[in-house]
Amino acid sequence: MHLKYESFVREPLINGNKTYAQVTEDICRPIEQKPTRLWYMGFIFSLLLLGFGAFSVTWEVYWGIGTWGINRTVGWGWDITNFVWWVGIGHAGTLISAILLLFRQGWRTGVNRAAEAMTIFAVMCAGQFPIFHMGRVWNAFYVLPLPNTRGALWPNFNSALLWDVFAISTYFTVSLLFWYSGLVPDFATIRDRAKTKLRKKLYGVASFGWTGTAKNWQRFEALSLVLAGLSTPLVLSVHTIVSFDFATSVIPGWHATIFPPYFVAGAVFSGFAMVNTLLVLVRKIFRLEDYITIGHIEAMNKVIVLTGSIVGVAYLTELFMAWYSQVVYEQEAFKWRVLGPYWWSYWAMMACNVVSPQFFWFKKLRRNIVFTFLLSIVVNIGMWFERFVIIVTSLYRDYLPSSWTYYSPTWTEMGFYIGTFGLFFTCFFLFAKYFPVVAIAEIKFTLKTSGDNYKREMQALDEKTVEEFIHVAEHAH
Amino acid sequence: MAVKKFAVACYDDEAVLFPAVDKVRNSGYKLHDVYTPFPVHGLDVALGQKETDLHIAGFCYGITGTATALGFMSWIFTKDWSINYGGKPFFALPAFIPITFELTVMFAAVGMVLTYCYLNQIMPGVKKHIFHPRQTDDLFVIVMEITDPASEGEIVDFLKTTGAIETDVQVAEEGWWYGWWHKEEKYQNQKQLA
Repeated sequence: MHLKYESFVREPLINGNKTYAQVTEDICRPIEQKPTRLWYMGFIFSLLLLGFGAFSVTWEVYWGIGTWGINRTVGWGWDITNFVWWVGIGHAGTLISAILLLFRQGWRTGVNRAAEAMTIFAVMCAGQFPIFHMGRVWNAFYVLPLPNTRGALWPNFNSALLWDVFAISTYFTVSLLFWYSGLVPDFATIRDRAKTKLRKKLYGVASFGWTGTAKNWQRFEALSLVLAGLSTPLVLSVHTIVSFDFATSVIPGWHATIFPPYFVAGAVFSGFAMVNTLLVLVRKIFRLEDYITIGHIEAMNKVIVLTGSIVGVAYLTELFMAWYSQVVYEQEAFKWRVLGPYWWSYWAMMACNVVSPQFFWFKKLRRNIVFTFLLSIVVNIGMWFERFVIIVTSLYRDYLPSSWTYYSPTWTEMGFYIGTFGLFFTCFFLFAKYFPVVAIAEIKFTLKTSGDNYKREMQALDEKTVEEFIHVAEHAH
Repeated sequence: MAVKKFAVACYDDEAVLFPAVDKVRNSGYKLHDVYTPFPVHGLDVALGQKETDLHIAGFCYGITGTATALGFMSWIFTKDWSINYGGKPFFALPAFIPITFELTVMFAAVGMVLTYCYLNQIMPGVKKHIFHPRQTDDLFVIVMEITDPASEGEIVDFLKTTGAIETDVQVAEEGWWYGWWHKEEKYQNQKQLA
């Protein structure tokens, strides 16, 4: 018999006197109610942003890539900055759902569903940038190794950019499968309690006909575990390969072996910040404070201070290596990065990414909702500047001083970026309204070990001596 | 699929479910299935089910992905169309690793999920009989098949002694079929066969 005991040192993950039925009720309630006015306002605003993005992209495709501010020297600007930024944000979901599952971190159950959704939407946004950066977007399928009439012309499998195509598409597919396989039983829950015909019909299709037999659940757990095992190296590989886009080149400022771990840490850092931004709002709006507790937010803030510090060490290591390498090009690249015309972006990055997360060494601040929310936005601004610094300030002064330049984006580039916010939030608003934001079945699974009321019942057991405890456990049935 | 008669027992706590499962398995009556709203650890063992081989399937799919990626890239760069990229070797194994890894994961994940759907018989448009609407909410449901009409009352009485909070006799189709979930099946309300 499974022994349901967890130390009192760990705070409960589910607050309040919850029963299984109450868990279902709390999480399904927002789905079954009419959308609030706030939801409509947010959703329409997101659609407007998305529309503006679509307009900007159409403009760019019609007139050509020349409508962007990038030039001969700075070939990668906001487009690739935004690509790396969104991919980085997309790392938290899989980290929470896969790595924390393998590490048996119970708190992941409260936040994994929303974090995985965020991952999928962020990767969708990220994918737009390299595709439209190709310019002739109708030829984008050239990156696929398809038999073709251009001779036997295959893509270059030795190119880091092509590795990216495979990494991002695999990451998107596997995240989607992982997310949806967890959603199927929860859709069945909504289906079986649905009052309206339409809801029963749609959630019936979405639930794949799930009934929850013992054998189905056994396979469900086997699938989750193996997908977690596959996703763990996958999530590390994705940002490693993104960093290869830079590290395998010979550009001073990019050609660094520290890039893979540094990028992965940065990705986790920004991803957790985005999870915090969204969940602080979601728990408030949908009254899910009992499931996404202050403890959950504190745990994520601990990850933020750890990864933020790793990123800080990486920045300093880069500076040290530039000096220690004794290569003039490296030294000059970093001198201009810190003190050149883009000094403001470097110092914005340093302030937001290295200094600001250090506040989370204080428990009071880690558990402060307003502070967490504000800091999570600061971190994401900082991580955007990090990518901008790496990309633009390594390119704008190249080997040939006559082609030195200064890059600033045009409205089409900015519109494209704004449009991806529209895409992201449109998807997230739809998700928050029509999908179970917290994994219902997984919460029920942890309820009797980590639920507040069940932990209190364990108090009597906790006061027993070891011998008595074993005796009670053995004779439980 | 065959329409059969089932005795249904509902439990509200897994602590009651486990002893009930033991009793049911020793009773000699035919157990149809056990439905739970979430994965109950140890239930598969209590039911005597053997461990799933899904992960072995996943491993096979993964190996297929590895072989596909490595074989395809090697064939293209050494046999089909060798291109000299800056004097680097045609068979550049280290450069093939990232794509090989990604395809391994992709094949394993996609293959496993499809196998999982096939084994569990789940797909959009699939419909199955729900014995209790709360079996996906908060109830644990044991379903017995009534093979001999004479033993119907006997089975229900037996199920009541196992701590069930609710018992019921239902006529239902077993297995799955294509259908919409908002439409009720004909026999569903006809709980007692005449």
